[in-house]
Amino acid sequence: MSVLPILLLAVPLAGCLAALATHRTATAVGLVTTGITFVLAVVTAFSVDYVRPGTHLITDVPWIPPLGIRFHLGVDGVSVPLVVLTALLCFLSMIYGARRGGTPDRPHAFVSLLLLTEVGMLGTFVALDLLLFFVFFEVVLIPMYALIAGWGGAQRGPAARQFILYTLLGSGVLLVGLLVVYLHTSTLDIVALAELGGTGMSHTVQVAAFVLVAGGLAVKVPMWPLHTWLPDAHSEAPTVGSVLLAGVLLKMGTYGLIRIALPILPDGARAVAPFLGALGVIGIVYAALACLAQRNLKRLIAFSSVGHMGFVLLGISTLTAAGINAALFANIAHGLITGLLFFLVGGMAERFGSTDMDKIGGGTLTLAPRLSVLLVIAAVASFGLPGLAGFWGEMLAMLAAFDPAPGLNRPLYLVFMVVAGIGAVLTAAYFLVMLRRVAQGTFAAWRKDQGVLDVTRAESLAWSPLVVLVFVVGIWPGLVLAPTAEAVGFYLGGR
Amino acid sequence: MVQSVDYLAIAPPLTLALTGLVSLFVPRVVPLSGIVAASAFEVVLLAGSPRRTFCVDSSCSFVVDDFTVLVQTVMLVAGAVVLLMAQTEIRDTRLPAGEFHFLVFAALSGALTLAAGRDLVTLLVSLEVVSLPLFALVALRRYDGRSSEAGVKMFLVSVVSTAVMLFGISLVYGATGSLFLDRIGAALATPSPLASVAAVGVVLVLVGFGFKVSAVPFHFWAPDTYQGAPVAVAAFLSVVSKAAGFAGLVLVLSIGFAPYATVWGPLIAVLAAVSMTVGNLVALRQRTAMRLLAWSSIAQAGYMLAPLGAAGGDAPLDSLVAATIGYVAIYSVMNIGVFAVVAVVGWVDGHGGGELDDYRGLARRHPLVAVALAFFLACLAGLPPGLAGLFAKIVVFQGTIVGGLGWLAVVMAVNTVIGLFYYLSWATRLFAPLPDRAHFGGIGGIGGVARPVAVAIAIAAVGTILMSILPQFVLGITIGG
Repeated sequence: MSVLPILLLAVPLAGCLAALATHRTATAVGLVTTGITFVLAVVTAFSVDYVRPGTHLITDVPWIPPLGIRFHLGVDGVSVPLVVLTALLCFLSMIYGARRGGTPDRPHAFVSLLLLTEVGMLGTFVALDLLLFFVFFEVVLIPMYALIAGWGGAQRGPAARQFILYTLLGSGVLLVGLLVVYLHTSTLDIVALAELGGTGMSHTVQVAAFVLVAGGLAVKVPMWPLHTWLPDAHSEAPTVGSVLLAGVLLKMGTYGLIRIALPILPDGARAVAPFLGALGVIGIVYAALACLAQRNLKRLIAFSSVGHMGFVLLGISTLTAAGINAALFANIAHGLITGLLFFLVGGMAERFGSTDMDKIGGGTLTLAPRLSVLLVIAAVASFGLPGLAGFWGEMLAMLAAFDPAPGLNRPLYLVFMVVAGIGAVLTAAYFLVMLRRVAQGTFAAWRKDQGVLDVTRAESLAWSPLVVLVFVVGIWPGLVLAPTAEAVGFYLGGR
Repeated sequence: MVQSVDYLAIAPPLTLALTGLVSLFVPRVVPLSGIVAASAFEVVLLAGSPRRTFCVDSSCSFVVDDFTVLVQTVMLVAGAVVLLMAQTEIRDTRLPAGEFHFLVFAALSGALTLAAGRDLVTLLVSLEVVSLPLFALVALRRYDGRSSEAGVKMFLVSVVSTAVMLFGISLVYGATGSLFLDRIGAALATPSPLASVAAVGVVLVLVGFGFKVSAVPFHFWAPDTYQGAPVAVAAFLSVVSKAAGFAGLVLVLSIGFAPYATVWGPLIAVLAAVSMTVGNLVALRQRTAMRLLAWSSIAQAGYMLAPLGAAGGDAPLDSLVAATIGYVAIYSVMNIGVFAVVAVVGWVDGHGGGELDDYRGLARRHPLVAVALAFFLACLAGLPPGLAGLFAKIVVFQGTIVGGLGWLAVVMAVNTVIGLFYYLSWATRLFAPLPDRAHFGGIGGIGGVARPVAVAIAIAAVGTILMSILPQFVLGITIGG
């Protein structure tokens, strides 16, 4: 039994309850809690021996025997980067929320909801029991709904409702899929199930279960055409909500695919993977086209997430170690970059009173040079400029599609690769158009009189870690790839 | 023939019946003491092995096993909450206190007896002991026409259902020659020329219970009755009366009619699917709290029926019954909590519980009460932090999937989403800004809520939280264990 994963969940939970009881000191409680959690996440990252196969820091005690649920936690190279990313983004969100003048209304409710979201997200990444995973997967829904509905933009009500109903439908389907797996294997232990590698389930059962599980997770990813909840939710959510939605929540879907769907249902994966890949690349191109037509910064970034997650799906659908590594890497990179983008756009909305590109009106490089430079960096990182974080995930995903797992239709994957490449070019195009319209050009005269504030100290405190990581991970991808590569190697080899 | 009676086994319903009698003449006596005494007996009974009494040879009419203790305890908790939340309502709407307590205790003792009944006559009689006082309770606000109308509606439907059930029982008795459930089970398991007669009897008994648990298409009485009845009585109907119906249904199906699972299984599956779908869809359109709860409880009945619908397949009947009973137990505690909060808002513009819009801003006035209601609603929707509801949902999903009814599981998944919509829209209203004309004033007591009602909410909340952390207390409980 290991204390670390339990503390990872217990600390934010305790903070969530403590914040409810406070009022003015809520942000302080939030800062301390997320700070400790981040430290714990980093300690976790360093205390795992990635070269040793299997999961580490295990806790495994029975919880609800009649349901077969065990309180089974543990981490490996696949989950550690996501745990650290989650803890980091939550900590930065709290710093951002604690800045002077930026504290939300009813801070105690806001902080405790945010911490509850953190519990759910971290729990999803450390759970090693199918139903425990599902429980944590669900924990996120209501606090995120409340964050959007309580602190969001003008259209927050419908957006929040759409988010929760859509994702709940996904969860329902996911639950059915998980229970089908349980019915045929009589175990909920993800590690044991991965070792079984589908023995005990016929081909038909595996395909059906895979469609259910992957279909349920695809809503969260989101996979085209199940993405329609995403633009509204992201654009109406408060800044911190968008950061967590894009930065972490979407990863819960792809993580589930890699952790559960692929290793437990290998036959189902082989049968359905081409469809995942196809929908993934359609998503890339579709999102790029939608972004080209987009005039609202928040919606643009939201749609760009659909495209990035398309690359992740493409990587997963190759069923090779290279592809899964690419997917995991793209996950992290997208979390860093899109988290930063949403922070920046939130900052722009505060300064320019809108996220509409026409209303902002261009020339922000002159008005707020540091803010705009950060926007440029984040944007070019997002479309995958070599040397920045966004490059490796997408490049590796396309490379993996060049050589998919045996048994998959290689010409089809070559087509995917080409389409994804076209999508990548279009991605660059819309980000450059966006920069052209917002950062460059001339500004309206009254903006000058308005006196636009540049990046404040609190903001730079919250944003600079992300900027630094975008460079570090871009220049030294091994930081993320080393742990994931070992782990992926282990459980692809285990089949 | 002289029978020795095990008085400890029958102590809980007996205590309640006596308390009811006393409180009719001495309304000042704290009625809760009866519940506390009965609960104490439950603790003693839980410690001992299964007790049987009123036996003929090896067949017994009255058995207290794990199942009985669980159902009785849940009913006692729900009964305590009903009595507590009724205190302000009795005062505000001028209900006769003595009669109210007597009738509630009478119905409660019937419900407790039912959970222990193991022959068709005991079950039918105790089911009527639950129902008869309820007609009077529903119509207790004598000055209000709606209340009387509700009482008459419920009376008519209930009498018809009893008649149908009696007819079914007589057919089963004719075909098997016994009223004891275990003997019926044995007789039905052997081939007989009267098999078709028995099958008709089984279906008719099923229909009778369908009325009691308000499953579609036997649900028409529920919304109007809930609307017209005092809030506490509606709570009793929706929780204790429904739990009693399910306890009876489960006993009859799993012991007596088990060999005919292939006959009633598919029928129940269809009832379940239709109940949850119709209940949820109509609940979407409701504007008042009580009607919403009525339709939601119809939908919830569908979820509870779902595992039983999988009977007759590969799954062991025991595990399916355990799933249904687990859901019933969890549902009882969380649903009674919603009603307890509704009692805070009370009567608004002639509606029990008021309209949903009357709940706007409840969080600003009574933050704890609003959080409690939001928690109960999350439980009913089956979403964390309402883990109790989530586990209940997982149990019934598991039951249906193990039984091989994939289609029903998918119908249920879709229904969960529809259900969430209206629970959520209610919960969201709680946290909206306080409108000008807010009804819930209230002075004194705990945080502006009358003390008994606050205690009622607290009991339900503690129970629900307990089931969120350790649901194994109510899950996996089998008959005879």
